[in-house]
Amino acid sequence: MKPTNIKDPEYFHKVVDCQYACPAHTPVPEYIRLIAAERYGEAYMVNWESNVFPGVLGRTCDRPCEPACRRGRVDEEPVAICRLKRVAADNKGDVSAAMPVAPDIKKQGRVALIGAGPASLTVARDLAPLGYEIDLFDDQPLAGGFMRSQIPVFRLPPEVLDEEVGFVLDLGIKQHFRHYVASLGAVLEKDYDAIFVGTGAPRGSDLSIPGREEAGKHIHIGIDWLASVAFEHLSKVGRRVLVLGGGNTAMDCCRTARRLGGEDVKVVVRSERAKMKASPWEIEDAMAEDIPILSNHVPKAFVHEDGQLKGVRFTLVDVVYDADGNRKLVPTGEEVFLEADDVIIAIGQDNAFPWIERDLGLDFGKWDMPIIDPVTFQSTNPRVFFGGDAAFGPENIITAVAHGHQAAISIDRFIRGEDVADRPAPGVTLVSQKMGVHEWSYDSAVSPEDRFPVPHVDKTLALKDRKVEVELGFDRAVAYREAERCLNCDVQTVFITDKCIECDGCVDICPTECINFVPNGDEADLRGRLRMAADEPGQDLYVSEALAQTGRVMVKDENVCLHCGLCAERCPTGAWDMQRFLYQVTKAGRSCNQSTR
Amino acid sequence: MTYIKPSFRHPKAPVNELGWTRQDYEGGLSTLCAGCGHDSISAAIVDACFQLNIEPHKVAKLSGIGCSSKTPAYFLSGSHSFNSVHGRMPSVATGANLANRDLVYLGVSGDGDTASIGLGQFAHGARRNLNMTYIVENNGCYGLTKGQDSATMDTGSVNKKGDRNVSSPMDVARLAIEVGATFVGRSFSGDKEQLVPLIKAALSHRGFALLDVISPCVTFNNHAGSYKSYEYFRSVKEVMPLDFVPVREEITASYASGTTCEVRMHDGSLVRLTKQDSDHDIEDRQSALQAISHYESQGKVLTGLLYIDRDSEELHDVLGTARRPLNSLTEQELCPGSRFLDSINAGLR
Repeated sequence: MKPTNIKDPEYFHKVVDCQYACPAHTPVPEYIRLIAAERYGEAYMVNWESNVFPGVLGRTCDRPCEPACRRGRVDEEPVAICRLKRVAADNKGDVSAAMPVAPDIKKQGRVALIGAGPASLTVARDLAPLGYEIDLFDDQPLAGGFMRSQIPVFRLPPEVLDEEVGFVLDLGIKQHFRHYVASLGAVLEKDYDAIFVGTGAPRGSDLSIPGREEAGKHIHIGIDWLASVAFEHLSKVGRRVLVLGGGNTAMDCCRTARRLGGEDVKVVVRSERAKMKASPWEIEDAMAEDIPILSNHVPKAFVHEDGQLKGVRFTLVDVVYDADGNRKLVPTGEEVFLEADDVIIAIGQDNAFPWIERDLGLDFGKWDMPIIDPVTFQSTNPRVFFGGDAAFGPENIITAVAHGHQAAISIDRFIRGEDVADRPAPGVTLVSQKMGVHEWSYDSAVSPEDRFPVPHVDKTLALKDRKVEVELGFDRAVAYREAERCLNCDVQTVFITDKCIECDGCVDICPTECINFVPNGDEADLRGRLRMAADEPGQDLYVSEALAQTGRVMVKDENVCLHCGLCAERCPTGAWDMQRFLYQVTKAGRSCNQSTR
Repeated sequence: MTYIKPSFRHPKAPVNELGWTRQDYEGGLSTLCAGCGHDSISAAIVDACFQLNIEPHKVAKLSGIGCSSKTPAYFLSGSHSFNSVHGRMPSVATGANLANRDLVYLGVSGDGDTASIGLGQFAHGARRNLNMTYIVENNGCYGLTKGQDSATMDTGSVNKKGDRNVSSPMDVARLAIEVGATFVGRSFSGDKEQLVPLIKAALSHRGFALLDVISPCVTFNNHAGSYKSYEYFRSVKEVMPLDFVPVREEITASYASGTTCEVRMHDGSLVRLTKQDSDHDIEDRQSALQAISHYESQGKVLTGLLYIDRDSEELHDVLGTARRPLNSLTEQELCPGSRFLDSINAGLR
């Protein structure tokens, strides 16, 4: 193999598995160290800079970082990254001094944001400090989008959302709430330099089976029903509730139903339990609230009498996979009837753009979705940009934020007349952590502790009041111990070939046997020839130049490196060094490498 | 300074036939200088014992004084250990071995401990063919007392201060062959491909097995001009590659050519060796000594298994000692009664 080019920022970025997996590439180990150091405000700002809604995400994120966490590959469970983020938010204190200020004179240009969800708010946050005049439109009375209408208050208290939405709105955003934009054409006619569409995926999928219309009064679409509850148009549900669907919306629906008078609430899914789309922890939380999950039930008909819903009839199925791995649901012939006073349908959501005229030079493609550039988020009408669920269909908050940052870069470049396709490079620093002969400026010792569970409020109390937050969050002492579980994967093992005397000290000390000195070969050959076979192709091999004495190369399998620094402590010549790698996605308006800290 | 090694290991770390991982053969974290060759030898001992499926509690590790003699703390923490007086490890090993012949005896010593203060002890251990493996971690200097030249330092080698050594070196491998050791090998701490199978073969040998392992001292003897630095030794070593095939493994290939030979060990395992020189008969003392001298005269150092006597009598055979460890002998066996005393007395009349 050729020597690894560690000057390519993406090489070490990939080693920081959590940050790499995060759509917004939040520097996770960086803020976890700040939490351990009780510097909560700074930990919050590292987050805020990257993901705009640390308090919200610390409670509700889909956490793509945690399955990626290296700790999960050597220990039972990954670091509780998401809940540590909440610790930073809960303990941040007054961060107003650290917040950016929008200039009074706005002369960069005018931007309209349609929809006030996480994507639009991120665009606003990035552009307002640069001097753009921003108009924000939403048909709801308050900003937040699906964060407000879909996430139940027992998971996300409104104060937390209000504060973080407020940080953005306080940047001098012109707010137009309860204002439904019925025509994009009309907006285009106004003198906006650019328009951003962040209207989400607002239409819940329906289930057209017999009885749907007749019993319609007690059959609800999940996302609409949650919104009605959130805006307090609705405060009761029947005693027996069936929730159809296995995603996170279904989990929010069933748990909300338990708090509105639903005593016998069941989740019913078509396929296997293992194929449910909901996050495992959300399923766990639902089950902890006495909500059973019935799998392999395909709904056939709503049963009703005199316009009154009686229940739902299901066909039981077996899940069969054919030779190509395609799933088929084969009816067993058995039918089941489940009684219900209310049914909530939470089987997915779709995009809908009835308000966008089709003659604006904005092309639509497959599934009637607008054609959007996946890098610049620009539509075929160069003045119109998309982001969040509106761009490529339903995802999650952190993805919407990531879209917002990129769209803001594009809008800024577009208005300044620069090439939108020319993207700014990330900001990268790589600094040695050596403090003394065997001392490092990070806690290199690896904590052997198991993941700490987040304490929950008493169940009876939680079920009595919809507004009681279920999770209590880590206290500072537990947060410290959980933070110490982080392996500091951003403190990189940097190998300097000409300093190596081939003493094997690093090979002998490495607890996970990831360091090797072997004759070079191609990648497949090398992967099989190491002390421990490198059989995770997604994890790179770090290969040095040929060594002076034997002509061998150093090959390090990044897969389960603990970043404990023992290789560097054992190295007599400093050929190994532990260097902190900070990778920051460049935001709008910052063309050169500029750190926030 | 880190004193605790993380407890996590590679999730796919293999287990040996006893169901143990390599971690079960490790010891405390070394306090030797970073880059010390001795740490590599400790790692090779761990590998060898793990691969040989030796139960750590069936091993007695013994040492004298010096950097090398500290190392038993850094491997096999589940074994019996005795850190003895300077140069006196062979006596302690002899006593322990005579008392309990069922353990595997592994002595670790240095060039000072073996070739200076302990030379007499070492020579007599070898001469008696005590059943043990004796590893000399040879760095040519007294690292623990600021790097003075040791008795194994080669003539002409320059020390860190810049002085050239004029004395003749003691070659412990040659000496061991001369005085009667029945397994003699030489290796290099930086060549685990050879060192690990060599240690395995030594541990499988019945009798006195001496391994002279060149182990550079990074602090005092790894500079230009030193004959025992990583770079210099790599440039002069002539390697005889070695392969150790345990008893239960099927032997898949057979070699009969002049440079490749197979040696069946006492326990049935096999050492497969590629010699540098077809004239070198590793089962012949004179031939082994000649091979060493031959390479030395060319400024080279021959490494690998230099000499072996497979069917020698070890000390227990010579002394006709009890077949069981003393601690397992009961009163009945130790005090067989007056009938036996009478017969002994009768034999003396």
